[in-house]
Amino acid sequence: MQHTIEELEELARKCRIEIVKMVYRAQAGHPGGSLSEIDLLAGLYGTTLRVRSDEPDWEDRDRFILSKGHASPGMYALLAERGFISHEDLTSYRVLGGVCQGHVDMKWCPGVDFSAGSLGMGLSYGMGCAIAAKLDGSERRAFVMLGDGEIQEGSVWEAAMAAAHHELGNLKVILDRNRIQNDDFCETQMRMFDIPAKWRAFGWNVKEINGHDMNEVVEGMNYLSETNDGPSILIAHTVKGKGVSFMEDNPSFHGAAPNDEQYALALSELGVAV
Amino acid sequence: MAATRDGYGQALLELADNEKVVVLEADLGKSTKSLHFRKAYPERTISCGIGEQNMLLVAAGMASSGYIPFASTFAIFTERAFEQMRNGVARPGLAVHLCGSHGGTHTGTDGSSAQSIEDLAIFRTLPNVTVMHPSDEVSTRILTKRLATSTNASYMRTARNKTPVLYDDTPEDSIQIGKGLELKNGSDVAIVACGVLVSESLKAAEMLAQEGIQATVVDMHTIKPLDTDLINKVAERCGCIVTAEDHSIIGGLGGAVAEHLSLTTTTPLERVGVKDRFGESGQSDEMLELMELSAPHIAKAARRAMQRK
Repeated sequence: MQHTIEELEELARKCRIEIVKMVYRAQAGHPGGSLSEIDLLAGLYGTTLRVRSDEPDWEDRDRFILSKGHASPGMYALLAERGFISHEDLTSYRVLGGVCQGHVDMKWCPGVDFSAGSLGMGLSYGMGCAIAAKLDGSERRAFVMLGDGEIQEGSVWEAAMAAAHHELGNLKVILDRNRIQNDDFCETQMRMFDIPAKWRAFGWNVKEINGHDMNEVVEGMNYLSETNDGPSILIAHTVKGKGVSFMEDNPSFHGAAPNDEQYALALSELGVAV
Repeated sequence: MAATRDGYGQALLELADNEKVVVLEADLGKSTKSLHFRKAYPERTISCGIGEQNMLLVAAGMASSGYIPFASTFAIFTERAFEQMRNGVARPGLAVHLCGSHGGTHTGTDGSSAQSIEDLAIFRTLPNVTVMHPSDEVSTRILTKRLATSTNASYMRTARNKTPVLYDDTPEDSIQIGKGLELKNGSDVAIVACGVLVSESLKAAEMLAQEGIQATVVDMHTIKPLDTDLINKVAERCGCIVTAEDHSIIGGLGGAVAEHLSLTTTTPLERVGVKDRFGESGQSDEMLELMELSAPHIAKAARRAMQRK
């Protein structure tokens, strides 16, 4: 299961290509947050998450909850690269009857543990998975990925407070701090001030990393794995749209598809011969 | 006399032999009566603080991991977790059992902010969710126990205040989710009621009997799935129906029966319920009177329904 840094970077690059293809084919979806999260997902699946692609419902698997469930192309690309679904399945993104529903859905897609879509729900759900694991005496963990805009939802803080109260060392959060939300930059929409201090104040273990430096990503995953005295959060500083120049740090590509010209440019930037 | 919420609390205790049964609280266990379970099984009771949205989804996560969660709070506070119930529970089809106690205007002097009169309506709109409002302590206990083997999520409303015990001598087998109970078998008018208005409906039937009117009384403790066979049967026998509930006349039991009748018959229907308004502080009996939900009002509705035959 262990990969070299180069292998993880290559995994992420392949996923980026699939993300762009999915969103282009569907002419809808959320490329920005998929591209910002993908190095983290590659690091998580490549080094840490205990799951089995040939047995996606394995009872003692770690749970991964993509709470920012609109960033589904990133997760689908990763699931295809890891063998949970086929590359052919990726063409079903946002298509009637497809396993790749608009937002990740446990009823539709193997390897998906949570039916997401509405922000602010995944941390609570992950907390339930973590409590269940403790009651079962199981070593399994729950990993939850949150968006930074998402933590404006008050229910996130209900869960944050409760998880610390229950000392859930098997609950781990990765925060994709890409600084952009639907309408604009977070700074404009809702200033969040000192995010690490907020989580610390709620009783969480906190580490910050550069979410695009694979060495730091792997270090961060190790930190989550090794931190078991209460819940822990990895705050990953990322760039929305990372890897495609015109999408980077651009609020317009939170939820918009590239046109033909942009598509060709994106693929070439990701190293695809066109 | 006994409160339905006590039946809920007792049922949780009786379910405790099943180690997969867990209880979730949002700081109202003393009121919803899950406290008995908490005292006996603290390791299987999860305090979610005053945070209903979180509670519903913690329950969903536990259900996805093989547990049978029973979460409770006041009926009014379940409403703020509606989207969690929709997207996190009903949509993925997780068997989370939500109990809203202190429902309806019958809850009394806390006043309108605490009197949930929409809960049955809103939860009834969700696929994969069973909706119940039992009438007495015994049936609440039995129906709650049955939920533990149900694969559907559920919403059950219980009441704060005591109401007559109706099923002390009834065999448990006859009380089933989705099956209404015929408490009186007349042929002039059918009164279909739920919750605290079932005993009021029985009183109304006695009043009507003094005038020579023979009423059927049905305890429709399950609003969804609605026992449409029984509705059809009593509609045919009586030719007119009255629904009675301590809930808005919009969308609850009356709404469900109206939707069904519109498909099949032209049976006249009168709906007794809260007439699209909010309540106020008052004792239970005063509230039923103010809202025109008490036995005399149900009897009046029965006479109106009969005139429309």
